[in-house]
Amino acid sequence: MRFLNSEILKFILLALFILILPHVAHEGYLLNVLVFVGIHSILALALNLLLGYAGQISLGHAGFFGLGAYISGILTATYSLNPWIAMLIAASVVTLLSFAVGFPVLKLKGHYLAMATLGLGVIIYIVFNEAVDYTGGPSGLSGIPNLSIGTFSFDTDIRNYYLIWTFALIAIALSLNLVHSRIGRALRAIHDSEVAARVMGVNARLMKVQIFALSAGLSAIAGSLYAHTMTFVSPASFGFNFSVELVTMVIIGGLASIYGSLLGAALLTVLPELLRAFQDYDIIVYGLLLIIMTMFMPGGLAKGFPQAASYLRTRFGKRSSPDA
Amino acid sequence: MKRFLAAACFTVLTVLSATICIAAPGTIKIGALFSVTGPPSFLGEPERNTAKMEVDEINAKGGINGKKIELIVYDTTGDATKAVQAANRLIKEDKVVAIIGPSTTGESMAVLPVAEKEQIPLISCAAGSKITDPVKKWVFKTAQNDGLAVAKIYEYLNKKKISKIAIITVSDGFGSSGREQLKVNAAKFGIQIVEDSTFGPKDTDMTAQLTKIRGSQAQAIICWGTNPGPAMIAKNVKQLGIKLPLFMSHGVSSKKFIELAGDAADGIILPSGRVIVSDVLPSSDKQKKSLIAFVKDYQKHYKTEGDHFGGHAWDAVMLLKNAIEKGGETPSQIRDQLEKTQNIAGIGGIFNFSPTDHAGLSKDAFVLVQIKDKDWALVK
Repeated sequence: MRFLNSEILKFILLALFILILPHVAHEGYLLNVLVFVGIHSILALALNLLLGYAGQISLGHAGFFGLGAYISGILTATYSLNPWIAMLIAASVVTLLSFAVGFPVLKLKGHYLAMATLGLGVIIYIVFNEAVDYTGGPSGLSGIPNLSIGTFSFDTDIRNYYLIWTFALIAIALSLNLVHSRIGRALRAIHDSEVAARVMGVNARLMKVQIFALSAGLSAIAGSLYAHTMTFVSPASFGFNFSVELVTMVIIGGLASIYGSLLGAALLTVLPELLRAFQDYDIIVYGLLLIIMTMFMPGGLAKGFPQAASYLRTRFGKRSSPDA
Repeated sequence: MKRFLAAACFTVLTVLSATICIAAPGTIKIGALFSVTGPPSFLGEPERNTAKMEVDEINAKGGINGKKIELIVYDTTGDATKAVQAANRLIKEDKVVAIIGPSTTGESMAVLPVAEKEQIPLISCAAGSKITDPVKKWVFKTAQNDGLAVAKIYEYLNKKKISKIAIITVSDGFGSSGREQLKVNAAKFGIQIVEDSTFGPKDTDMTAQLTKIRGSQAQAIICWGTNPGPAMIAKNVKQLGIKLPLFMSHGVSSKKFIELAGDAADGIILPSGRVIVSDVLPSSDKQKKSLIAFVKDYQKHYKTEGDHFGGHAWDAVMLLKNAIEKGGETPSQIRDQLEKTQNIAGIGGIFNFSPTDHAGLSKDAFVLVQIKDKDWALVK
């Protein structure tokens, strides 16, 4: 019971922080970055459920993200459907599709699973490029409307910020609930040893596919949000590179850590912006920082920060004791 | 654990140094979005180089109306998301008065709503005609529309009485836009496309598509793409012994193409901006002065020949300079002055903007050139 309370407390603190943040960082540009942090957080969270908890890698998540964005974009821009309904359709289609694809693909393990999901992502990317009549091809699809409730349209950064972070908070709450449930324990059991999990009566095969579909569906929702915020989509945003970036967010943030996903997404979205001052050398500094972080914080930021804090505390304690 | 502290210090220091920003007073801030890295870097790099060179030169001459220009360039890596983030940053944090770029049509379409909403003039360096068609209040462009290049080739085909053609286009933004224009304009010139095939940007062999074309009724082949694909096609055409005349797009009008295609490049005809043939142009040509200046300058600074991609950025900087000189100070004044641009001879052509035309070039912006003995020759 005490454990549950501390989880709720943490969540409320986070929600308050998100609520207040725009009043501190009200500068227009920063707010725009925070909108993308929100979208990336949902994506990192979705991937972390699969990669961190169930231990199944996916190098094709940018594809699901893109599918969500494109389905939502095409339905609203070309067929002028209501954006909310389009989002629902996008999420359902991607969930069903990944559920069907998941059965054969998730039979694979390790490098083979990585290859298969990579292939899936590449196929989706090629479809975006080649189905010119529907997707607009490489030069993209424009004219996607913003989400709106009645006459209230989410067309400014501050409105989008609250919209996207509401979705992110809901996703966090649901994920927290999931990982602390029987299913969450089963997923971690699969992560540690699939055979052992099966022996204990966990339907590992079905569960892997289910979490894969959930993860893909959540990514599709993030894709819809992206499409309606940007009002434009083009294939280059959903390529293999972005899939790798998502995996990096999860690993830097911390595998099997809900809040770690948030930290990873925030860091990888904000860091390139901060490093712009280095101009042409920003990529080198960026890479260097990532290497240093993975070397000294192998558990990711989620574990690294408390470790650093406790280290500083003991260090401080040692110093202060002779003084006393 | 000392190492951990060192790493932490390093992180803090880099972040701190990155946030410190120095702004000089009395400068005009211009933003630029180029894909300096990533797949379209062949566009972004010369564009950035040219823009920097041009701004340095203007500043060395005392700036515009006594004010120095500060050029802020962000790399978009060819990704629409990054382009939008960078555009927001330019507008909201750096507070630029105008933006040059982005390099590709996709990125330009993504940034366009931002420029419109924030009311900042944007001069795109991409070719896609939908950027300025329909006209958007704040958006201009310097790269020649693909449709103009297509018209130039079709005119020539009409002259040579060729009516059946095969097209082979690359499946990226440049190729798909070219394919669309080739199809749209064909009927107008009485031309029939008998074979329509595509190739991937990274493909290394196109004999399959070309064999199919060889078996068709086509009297000529038009290939639309950027390096290296078209060079491969030129080679494959030679290898297969296809005798049909081969046309290329302005996407390969750089020496690099001749290098890549080697002997197979001989005889290929393509529409191109005047920049590659600047030295053989008649002295009556209005653009000659700008062209020679640009080519010489670029050669001096970067040790390679300036191409028409860099030219797009050169034109954008010149147009902005002109608009600011004429009394544009705020973004909206600059926009108004840009729209009044008349008869400015740049690299891409002679610019005439109007409230109904934000692309500003006519098909005279292109000349047809033929590759002869590894060099360019004007087609009369």
